[in-house]
Amino acid sequence: MEYTKGIIVSVNEIGTGIFDMLVKCQGIADAAKPGQFVCIYSDDGAHLLPRPISICEAMNGYLRLVFRVAGFGTKELSGKTSGEEIKLLGPCGNGYPELAGDQITVVGGGIGIPPMLYLARKCSENGMKVTAVLGYRDSKTFLKEAFEAYADVIIATDDGSLGVKGTVVDAMKECNTFDKLVCACGPMPMLKGLSTYVEGKGGCALISLEERMACGIGACLGCIVKTKEVDEHSHVHNKRICTEGPVFDSKELDFNR
Amino acid sequence: MNTKVNLAGVELKNPVLTASGTFGSGMEFSRFVDLNKLGGVVTKGVSVTPWEGNPTPRIAETTGGMLNAIGLQNPGLDVFLQRDLPFLQKYDTKIIVNVCGHTPEEYMKAVERLSTSVADLLEINISCPNVKAGGITFGTDSKMVESITSELKKLTKKPIFMKLSPNVTDITEIAKAAEAGGADGISLINTLMGMKIDINRRTFALANKTGGLSGPAIKPVAVRMVYQVSKSVKLPIIGMGGIASAEDAIEFLMAGATAVSVGTANFHNPKVTEEIAAGIEEFMRAKSIKDINEIIGCVE
Repeated sequence: MEYTKGIIVSVNEIGTGIFDMLVKCQGIADAAKPGQFVCIYSDDGAHLLPRPISICEAMNGYLRLVFRVAGFGTKELSGKTSGEEIKLLGPCGNGYPELAGDQITVVGGGIGIPPMLYLARKCSENGMKVTAVLGYRDSKTFLKEAFEAYADVIIATDDGSLGVKGTVVDAMKECNTFDKLVCACGPMPMLKGLSTYVEGKGGCALISLEERMACGIGACLGCIVKTKEVDEHSHVHNKRICTEGPVFDSKELDFNR
Repeated sequence: MNTKVNLAGVELKNPVLTASGTFGSGMEFSRFVDLNKLGGVVTKGVSVTPWEGNPTPRIAETTGGMLNAIGLQNPGLDVFLQRDLPFLQKYDTKIIVNVCGHTPEEYMKAVERLSTSVADLLEINISCPNVKAGGITFGTDSKMVESITSELKKLTKKPIFMKLSPNVTDITEIAKAAEAGGADGISLINTLMGMKIDINRRTFALANKTGGLSGPAIKPVAVRMVYQVSKSVKLPIIGMGGIASAEDAIEFLMAGATAVSVGTANFHNPKVTEEIAAGIEEFMRAKSIKDINEIIGCVE
């Protein structure tokens, strides 16, 4: 993990409020694993906390970051232009382990889709058959074509304007696809529903979580998730999403607390 | 050039400390900061037993600052003494342990156990706004402050600094109560109690509803309170509240603080504490200040 500078190569809007940013940052790009994230600092002294942004791709010294504009920090970031510098910290978090086996399903919902791309590529390069289940609001998809290079893509939309109408779990059922290993990122209700479904069928769900953070390195204890077992840091039932996560085996988590 | 300062007999190589709760026990930040370059590390509050803290969201950004309602999650003294203190002992820096409790008895138990540890100084958190029992409920009552201070003083020879809340009508009254109880020094300020509403979700930004405001937004309040307290008690002061640069730190020293703690700024720049220590030296060179003690409390 390093605290360093990156240089913006390009920024493009690829969906309504969804931005695709390429950043040259050799150190972080070389070290990054799928599922990890970077913390990006605002230039504005009145906005102190870094924004955790998932890594969509890391290759040849470049980071690809795809994010949704949700507030001041991401709005500022979306306005960056080629050649500008940003301060960032990363790669943060545990990321996905090196995965092996015959096949895997990667699932992304909304702005949880981008980090699954790097994972899909890695798994595909490791010789796994990859199925990608992508949940969008409507037919305005993003990154779909990028996934098609590495995976059989199944689409679910909230309004049914493309693919299966309903949730990613609905789409998996309707397309009759299931792998024992499912990796996912997306909103909490989706992750809960998916985890219940996958665990119910005897599979393993590795899910990537999101939470408000301050430090991004495990010191402030702002971003905890409730776990069944006692955690190593505080010896309570709180794992740090920025450090022990953001990727957890769903069986570790206590969704009811 | 002398940057050494003295906190109730504990000599710091420079006045820069870390604010409790923002820096863990230094482990996580040690990959960005050379802890040997700091006057000391003030650890995250530790209690006798592990505390789970509050539900999430625990963090919300505000203009020029942030709200937190962590709720003093910590592993308790057993783990702290076995893991965190030995880690800090490896460094040439002073160790200031922040202590929290739900009841006077819990503070007393913690202080008693820490009295035989390698800690150089104890900072007693009687001002956390995010826990239901203890914390701020003690720190806003001057009689309680005096009695807790004197009870704790009986249990240890280590210097005791009482950490005060700004959420009071007159902070000098509380500082005087700590002095009357025998405190060796005062730390101030803890966070200001605040609230943020998420207007899109029509609910509170923090699960705890209220949280403690920190960051540059509170700095003028903190400087004013450090000044007031320095004029009303004879004790050394650890000043804090929104320090993000060497210039900020120097303001606190001039207002009357002997040392400063840097908190929220660590989240904006993980190297900031070391940069502030270097920046203070630069300021001293530029202004031909031979001894940092010359500027402590220099405003009248």
